[in-house]
Amino acid sequence: MSKKYLPLAATIAVFLALFLVGGSMYRNFLSTLVLGNILADNAFIIIAAIGATFVILSGGIDLSIGSMIGLVGVCMAVLDRMGWHPLATAAVMICFGILYGALQGFIIDYCDIQPFIVTLAGLFLLRGLCFMVTLESVPIRHDFVDLYASAKIPLPGRGVLRSSALVMLAALALAIFIAHFTRFGNNVYAIGGDKESARLMGVNVRRTTIGIYAIGGFYSALAGVVYALYTSSGYPLAGSTLELSAIAAVVLGGTLLTGGVGMVAGTLFGGMILGLISTLIIFHGSLNSAWIMISSGVLLFAFIVLHRFLVSSFDLRGTS
Amino acid sequence: MNAPANTKPRVEMQAIGKSFPGVRALSNVDFTLHPGEVHALLGENGAGKSTLIKILTGALKRDAGEIRLDGKAVNFNSTGEAQAHGISTVYQEVNLIPAMSVTKNLTLGPSRGALGVISWGKARKRAREKLARLKLNIDTEQPVGSFSVAVQQLVAIAHALDDDTSVLVLDEPTASLDAQETATLFAIIRDLKARGMAIVFITHFLDQVYEISDRISVLRNGNLVGTHMVSNISRQDLISEMIGRELGEIEARLAHKDQAGQGKQKLVARNLGRKRTLKPFDLTLHAGEVVGLAGLLGSGRTEMTKLVFGAIRSDSGEIHVDGADMSGTTPRRSLASGIAFCPEDRKAEGLVGDLSIRENIMLSMQAKRGWLRQLPRREQEKIAGEMIRALGIATPDAEKPVRQLSGGNQQKVVLARALASNPGVLLLDEPTRGIDVGAHAEIITLIRRLCDDGMALLVASSELDEIVAASDRVAVLRDREKVGEIDGADINRDNIIRMIAGDDSGQH
Amino acid sequence: MPGRLKALAQSRAVWPLLALVLILIIAGSVSPNFFEIRIVEGRLFGNLIDILYRAVPTALVALGMAVVIGTRGIDLSVGSIIAIVGAVIVWRIKMGDPHITILFTALAAGILCGMWNGFLVSALKIQPIIATLILMVAGRGIGMLINQLYGGTDPSFESALLQWMSTGSIWLIPTRLVLAAAIFLVLWLLIRRTALGLFIESVGGNAAASNLAGVRAGLIIFVAYVLSGLLSAWAGVIMTADTHTSDPVSVALYIELDAILAVVIGGGSLAGGRIYLGMTVIGALVIQALTTATLISGLPPEYNLIIKALVVLSVLFLQSANARKALGGLVSRRSA
Repeated sequence: MSKKYLPLAATIAVFLALFLVGGSMYRNFLSTLVLGNILADNAFIIIAAIGATFVILSGGIDLSIGSMIGLVGVCMAVLDRMGWHPLATAAVMICFGILYGALQGFIIDYCDIQPFIVTLAGLFLLRGLCFMVTLESVPIRHDFVDLYASAKIPLPGRGVLRSSALVMLAALALAIFIAHFTRFGNNVYAIGGDKESARLMGVNVRRTTIGIYAIGGFYSALAGVVYALYTSSGYPLAGSTLELSAIAAVVLGGTLLTGGVGMVAGTLFGGMILGLISTLIIFHGSLNSAWIMISSGVLLFAFIVLHRFLVSSFDLRGTS
Repeated sequence: MNAPANTKPRVEMQAIGKSFPGVRALSNVDFTLHPGEVHALLGENGAGKSTLIKILTGALKRDAGEIRLDGKAVNFNSTGEAQAHGISTVYQEVNLIPAMSVTKNLTLGPSRGALGVISWGKARKRAREKLARLKLNIDTEQPVGSFSVAVQQLVAIAHALDDDTSVLVLDEPTASLDAQETATLFAIIRDLKARGMAIVFITHFLDQVYEISDRISVLRNGNLVGTHMVSNISRQDLISEMIGRELGEIEARLAHKDQAGQGKQKLVARNLGRKRTLKPFDLTLHAGEVVGLAGLLGSGRTEMTKLVFGAIRSDSGEIHVDGADMSGTTPRRSLASGIAFCPEDRKAEGLVGDLSIRENIMLSMQAKRGWLRQLPRREQEKIAGEMIRALGIATPDAEKPVRQLSGGNQQKVVLARALASNPGVLLLDEPTRGIDVGAHAEIITLIRRLCDDGMALLVASSELDEIVAASDRVAVLRDREKVGEIDGADINRDNIIRMIAGDDSGQH
Repeated sequence: MPGRLKALAQSRAVWPLLALVLILIIAGSVSPNFFEIRIVEGRLFGNLIDILYRAVPTALVALGMAVVIGTRGIDLSVGSIIAIVGAVIVWRIKMGDPHITILFTALAAGILCGMWNGFLVSALKIQPIIATLILMVAGRGIGMLINQLYGGTDPSFESALLQWMSTGSIWLIPTRLVLAAAIFLVLWLLIRRTALGLFIESVGGNAAASNLAGVRAGLIIFVAYVLSGLLSAWAGVIMTADTHTSDPVSVALYIELDAILAVVIGGGSLAGGRIYLGMTVIGALVIQALTTATLISGLPPEYNLIIKALVVLSVLFLQSANARKALGGLVSRRSA
């Protein structure tokens, strides 16, 4: 039981190490204030990454995440202009996300086309729809937005958990339940481990695949809702290249891109590591996105090499 | 057709027909199963065994005929449906998820309520119960891939056995088991028999057929040749039903071997070994001689051939080929100095499925020449054509992707590649694995012919009869150590088995 | 006749060519004079020329991608390599290098990036999608850093040589088309007239078997990524000289996706194996023709993305056996 928790342990260790490094470099870094901000600012990335974790665990990939976030945002803004309550539009958009995800999953399994390509088409399709709705940023003015922004739970210290963070934690809890305590979750790991064997063992691969991408769509849409409420606007370019960050968060969280190995909880820490990096650089004052990109790359490299050597020391066949 | 008295059949397949593009896989095949019997299904590759079973278990749809379960006509559209009706299959390649725990593997299956919540405590209990029925007591939280193949097989069987399983299909279950493990499996099969389960047993080990089954059905070229009670047919007759000629003839023809005529030393390995893989050993291969490599599964046969070839790096000892020091060799260097190798697992290590037959055959030769000097197309076609003719590879043309060939023909392509480079030393690991009985004899004849032409051969095999038929000398392995050699006239089954067993009989 | 028609329909070349022709026909019917080609200022002009012209960078990257995909790999870092190459060009120009040297320095930068990817995949045995993700994430940052350190206040430049290569013309034909054709020819010779193509397809199909057969799988994979880096560098030279400025943040955004699409439309499988160089170029033309056709037809540019997605899905749909079965045997069984 211990070996499979190693990647997760490594992730948590790196997160703590980074946090401590920050604390040693800057006053006021080691506080729940910083922690709460990281959670709130990165909530939408982590939510999207949670959905991506399911997809990646099954051995697939979802490139349409970022475009879904953009589409959900602009739709919410436009519907807000028409007088809808944001929660209503959120519900509608989340349903759309689930259905669209299920459609992707169906095409992937039925037409036997690789997930990379199908979700790539999704990336283009949804972004195009996004532009068709509006080419400019549209604000969301409903009173609910203020309510959303002000809701918070205080943490020990000066930090707070804002609504975005709370939604993210709830979404995470749901994901952990699905992944580890349902037959469906078991099937996801099975398909990621060895799809043909899973099929022969009686797992309904088609139904499970549709479910996996539907969950991906659910979380992408939820991330879009959170992002729109957080920025109180719908921005057609929102989420651009976000799928990259989501995948990075999943990898940093200890999930193997080959599938079958990993944990949803790890993605939380993976996303927080990404958030920590930007925060560290912001604290540094240079706000140089060049360094953010480079250090993300370096960290990714370190993790990947670590995973590589961990996996080769496991007694795991079949994940090569 | 003979059947056990007084029991109504559980499964009746009548006049089953199935065609694929260009091939009539099954025509007018009948097959019945009674509760409490073990019905062996025999036949060469391409005879239709797996097609018949796939139709029974719902993986394929039949073109003609009827299937009745307990008297009622059924139509399975998926394996899930067949499983729901109590038909379960355990395949030859253990189909489990290696990284997942035993408990989790046993929890997988056709979903009754896909989103159903799992209580792991109950799941663990159920898993242990299922394994207990098979007398298996292991830590079910370990990843299933960390156990031996035999244990994995039993877990796979446990998975296949549901409360309402009434028909169990075992596809080559003993292919990767040693004698002890096979005995355990057979005890379980007898137990299941006694509880009324109907069992289909697909195998090519004739001894095991006689040991465990009640009835035997033989398929050949898509037709049912006959169904017999096991006590009503002799081994010889069974073999001639399968291949239409006497294997014994061929064995007899090969029985004589010249004791004299040991050619010059082609390959000398001294103290060659690798920690945790094989204890250091000595081995000498002479031109015009076949050295057989015998031993149980896991004794290190494959590892020895790979160490000699350089596919596994040695950490002790040396190899000399034609006098030149080849220590620290790699596959490339070995090929360059005239050593060729046919691996055991042709799918994983032998052939590139999407490439054509010609390309597969030419690959080593081209690799030897390097990337720049491409072999002219005409010459490639010439050599490929020669190889196809010489080995009797059944294909209309050399441009077909090699994965479209049958198992036996694929094996011949692997051999063709090795022979195309005109090696002085040929290392063969299980050259007859997974191919029909008729082709076995062909390959053994070929081995003897190459040997007569002056090649030095090392043949590792789990089929003792073939080692006896083909070898001039036999090296015996036990537990990753070479324990001895047997020469010339002393080569026979008993001597080899005795040396494998060793002095202390309580070993395995 | 029906047999030959069937064989034609089953060949992989049909669908991308059909798609291209279809798009051109639709564009032609929507816009008069679509196929017109004029000579202006000693150079060919026209929508068809335009499609070829604009497709060059994507086609070059796609060719490199096809080689890498053949080894069962993928290169997500091509856009970032282009960003780095752009920054390197500006840097060396500010340093005063002769422009012909700068060309080679830029190509060397691409080769270096390719070697990095190749090292990760073949020596460290890291999965390609992850290995190239690293450079994809960090590469634009590296380009930005080079700009900040060496690009001066204004990362733009003038270069007669480079701009001629990218936007100039030789005897009526845009130089970049000639260049692209020459590069394609050299690559084709390399892949098909040496054993390199066979080795790549063999390694992609089954690396373990290739090793045992004597092919140096590790080296072949390494070379594939170097080729991809080199071809991306060429694309980078052309794109940078086109805008004569270095913009690491937004240059070649999503080009890796277009390149992968081009390879797949051209019949390549992401699971490795056979490489179809010519068809990959057709795939790149299909993608570009779509964009141009959308523009010409007067549809707002946002529609371009949606149409691209739908066309890609249709081509893949038709290549999929299941889907064709569902369409009721219009095209019968293919031997994959």
